[in-house]
Amino acid sequence: MSIATTYRTCPRSGLQFESQAEKLMLANAVAAVVFLLIGGLLAIGVVLTRWPSIHWLEADTFYKVLTAHGIDMLIFWIIFFEIAVLYFCSSTLLRCRIATPKVAWAAFALMVIGAVMNNVAVYQGSSSVMMTSYVPMMAAPSFYLGLILFAVGALIACFVFLGTLVVAKAEKTYQGSVPLVTFGAITATIIAVFTIVSGAIILVPTFLLSIGVIDAVDPLVYRTIWWAFGHSSQQINVSAHISIWYAVAAIVFGAKPMSERVSRGAFLLYILFLQLASAHHLLADPGLSTEWKVVNTSYFMYFAVLASMIHGLTVPGAMEVAQRQKGYNKGLFEWLRKAPWGNPTFSGVFIAIIGFGFLGGISGVMMGTEQLNMIIHNTIYVPGHFHATVVIGTTLSFMALTYFLIPVLFKREMIAPKLAQWQPYLFGLSMYGFCLVMMGAGTLGVSRRHWDMAFQGSALAYEWPGAAYMMMGLVGVFGIAAILGGAIYIYVTVGSLLWGKKLDAGTVSERTTPVPPTAPTVAAQTYGSSGMVAPGSFVLALIFLGAFVLYYFINWKYLSQLWGLS
Amino acid sequence: MTAISPPSERLWWKHPLDRVEGIWLAIAFVWCMVMFFMMVYWHMYGSQNLSTETYKTTPEAFAAKAQAMVDQYTVRSEVDGQYPVVAPPADSDIYMIARLWNFWPILQLEKGRTYRLHLTSMDYNHGFSLQPANINIQIVPGYEHVVTVTPNQSGTYSVVCNEYCGIGHHTMVGRIYVK
Repeated sequence: MSIATTYRTCPRSGLQFESQAEKLMLANAVAAVVFLLIGGLLAIGVVLTRWPSIHWLEADTFYKVLTAHGIDMLIFWIIFFEIAVLYFCSSTLLRCRIATPKVAWAAFALMVIGAVMNNVAVYQGSSSVMMTSYVPMMAAPSFYLGLILFAVGALIACFVFLGTLVVAKAEKTYQGSVPLVTFGAITATIIAVFTIVSGAIILVPTFLLSIGVIDAVDPLVYRTIWWAFGHSSQQINVSAHISIWYAVAAIVFGAKPMSERVSRGAFLLYILFLQLASAHHLLADPGLSTEWKVVNTSYFMYFAVLASMIHGLTVPGAMEVAQRQKGYNKGLFEWLRKAPWGNPTFSGVFIAIIGFGFLGGISGVMMGTEQLNMIIHNTIYVPGHFHATVVIGTTLSFMALTYFLIPVLFKREMIAPKLAQWQPYLFGLSMYGFCLVMMGAGTLGVSRRHWDMAFQGSALAYEWPGAAYMMMGLVGVFGIAAILGGAIYIYVTVGSLLWGKKLDAGTVSERTTPVPPTAPTVAAQTYGSSGMVAPGSFVLALIFLGAFVLYYFINWKYLSQLWGLS
Repeated sequence: MTAISPPSERLWWKHPLDRVEGIWLAIAFVWCMVMFFMMVYWHMYGSQNLSTETYKTTPEAFAAKAQAMVDQYTVRSEVDGQYPVVAPPADSDIYMIARLWNFWPILQLEKGRTYRLHLTSMDYNHGFSLQPANINIQIVPGYEHVVTVTPNQSGTYSVVCNEYCGIGHHTMVGRIYVK
């Protein structure tokens, strides 16, 4: 079968881009950055209102802005970027044409229409229902319809990705198994299909409710199914950004996975168990049995936690092995000290790994523990947690990958490389602070999604301790610093795309050059039995475990001092 | 050979694992099991476990039960008579209505005594966030959740709504006195 397309070999990376796939990646990545920009502007409104001494927006504007910020960031920015990553992991890494490019463009169009429709619904003001849109609180019909159209588009894009894998196999553009990064992308896609189907099961009836076709949607059933969508969508991110970590380890260090079996096995655990972890959103709910809560959050979630702990070792471990082979062998950490800290692709990913593990991972397990959830549920600890996972983990990894893609995919020289060098530090470290003070305020009980911690107009107002006010002030300070970091990312990315010096596109060919077969190498055969190839990463992992265990039992101590509850 | 190219051995599941990975896998697995048993252990020996006793209810049925309690045990009222302060006997069923935008009535409990606290919402989802103790429970309309509570310190407690419920969400605060 011959299809008129061309393949460009990038002279800087050796990657081969098929022309249709390249345009699709570019379009999806640009759409993603546009929504990041909108979400970032909205973030200014959110943090300046929650900063108690500024308390900027009026209540109705605040809730509108918060709804749009959540959806634009958690759904539109991330999923548009993920679709670009999926096309990269299939068409580019397997060096094949993209399956059904017209359908892929239709998917893109649906996603854009859906995203715009949903945004318009929110700004019109009658859909300030937050991202979760719990019934019986209702939004405008176009709010739900926009989400549904976007989800259908994303689902189609997932199938284009799967189709592209079939193309690669059929046209023999690679031999053996798919690369680990593609394997991770397949994991993300499988979870995405589950996620989107769950979303359809609950959002379609809610849409019908909003236009009066059906009478009611049970609030508890809504919460249960919505979270199969709402939480699983975050697992797509985890799979996607961990794939990016492995990809960046390969790109920056030429690192290979320590053991394909361990890393792929960990991705398989995600497929089997992650989506069931959505049960942890319902731990404070009535109507669900203790057994159901414990089984879902322990057996199932802990196997997913296990998988993340494995990646937490094997990603830095792969970097360490590669660095040691280059001779950075002194002591435990020379490999890390001599890492390219001035390369934002590396520094962004490393800051993401540490923040995702220490802040996002540990706090996530606290919230997911049935009894400990009672001291955290719906406090500002919760956004503290998910900003650590989704912003430090996912968003920062996407930013880091973008810096690699500017010359490779955009074919532009990066403008302001010095600024880009500092960006992951500014953005990542201020997000560390942001998440920590949010968790601190949450530990004191401060509510999430709340316009006024002074409760003005309430007859029975509660007075938060001074420390809570101080921490919410710091949320504002760190938040503004992080927004500045986000602005630099957008300036560098969009600026490079518009004004960056055009770079040599490389040779263009009518036919693909298949991925050369990888001969079994000596290294692949031997290392594995030699033992302790990555002692530095192992020590980092033990430090992580120590922090985890300590914090876990501190929370039980805190819980044990509360009112008796049974 | 790297993570972005196909593995050198097609049968990747036969790839050997390093001792670093093996040891870490074992440690992580043991820790996950500790966390699992901790939840079960606390159900057997801990004193803070969330009840699962739940009934389907309607706003009318629940309001009638709450009103009966208020009629019987009101000791005084606050905020110009809007909030009766109710002091029901220990071990009894007590009711707190969550609605746009208040918790009603005010409860007055005794330290160290146990009560069966019934919670539901008349309209949207709400959050029962007891401060400064920091106990947080979801309130879902249509479902009556019965939580057995034993206050362990006297004082004035506030119940802050921490589930977004509309424009007046920030004014939704209730109160519980513990003597």
